[in-house]
Amino acid sequence: MSDTIDEKIKNYRTAPFDARFPNTNQTRNCYQNYLDFHRCNKALSAKDQDTAPCDWYQRVYMSLCPVSWVTKWDDQLEAGSFAGKI
Amino acid sequence: MAFPSQLGFQDAASPVMEELLHFHDHAMMIVFMISTLVLYFIVALVTSSLTNKYILDSQEIEIIWTVLPAIILILIALPSLRILYLMDEINDPHLTIKAMGHQWYWSYEYTDYDALEFDSYMIPTQDLTPGQFRLLEADHRMIAPVESPVRVLVSGEDVLHSWAVPSLGVKMDAVPGRLNQTAFIASRPGVFYGQCSEICGANHSFMPVVVEAVPLQDFEAWSTLMIQDA
Repeated sequence: MSDTIDEKIKNYRTAPFDARFPNTNQTRNCYQNYLDFHRCNKALSAKDQDTAPCDWYQRVYMSLCPVSWVTKWDDQLEAGSFAGKI
Repeated sequence: MAFPSQLGFQDAASPVMEELLHFHDHAMMIVFMISTLVLYFIVALVTSSLTNKYILDSQEIEIIWTVLPAIILILIALPSLRILYLMDEINDPHLTIKAMGHQWYWSYEYTDYDALEFDSYMIPTQDLTPGQFRLLEADHRMIAPVESPVRVLVSGEDVLHSWAVPSLGVKMDAVPGRLNQTAFIASRPGVFYGQCSEICGANHSFMPVVVEAVPLQDFEAWSTLMIQDA
């Protein structure tokens, strides 16, 4: 299971089509992957497992999200003022 | 790019724009034919000294001038819908570029692999070299590989802008807090110009969009160089 994820990450080109977000507005696509990355990290490290599978979400949100948004959210996370539920 | 006294579209640089161009030719031809016919009727009526006071109705012509326009409308609608759905097809992009609108410049982010970001300001008229285009040139162009599906995510950092490149058939509003997706395939190498298409303040007319389509190896060489120089 984890080697297919490794394969996918190794052959990563750009964020693939996501059927959950088929339309022009991709805001939620970016935000959801950002949330999923941090939630995945939190869940896997709580169980002392390798967080490598979470890298997929990181690659996707890095591709999609504007850098200024990512910086802002990272700062908010650090300050504890991030509005999303992680 | 546009040239003085231009009447039609710029040459198409993407398959979608080619389709739009051909559809426009088709619809425009129908419009010209109808207008010519009506103009003929008007001239014929106005210049005739004959009058007819005794025709009250005619079933045949009523049927003809109801059915024929309906058919013409269908002949316009079918190609139009075909292109609409063609533009809406799911494509599998090879790369993602983010175009962020600022007052008053665009910034481009290529973050699929390493983070490559740069700003693209208009070259002021006094700094143009001979042969460059006034109000259209930018210091750093958005480079894209030819014949590769490119996803462009457009957003605004301050106020509304709009990212448009007519020869690629692309226009997408840059809305703060929203990420709008559009896509194009550059069918040939070249430099394609566009301008900000949503009023955004004093220098709205002075923040052009310049896309340069190059072969894939050149694109990779350029992105490697840009990341090294950063």
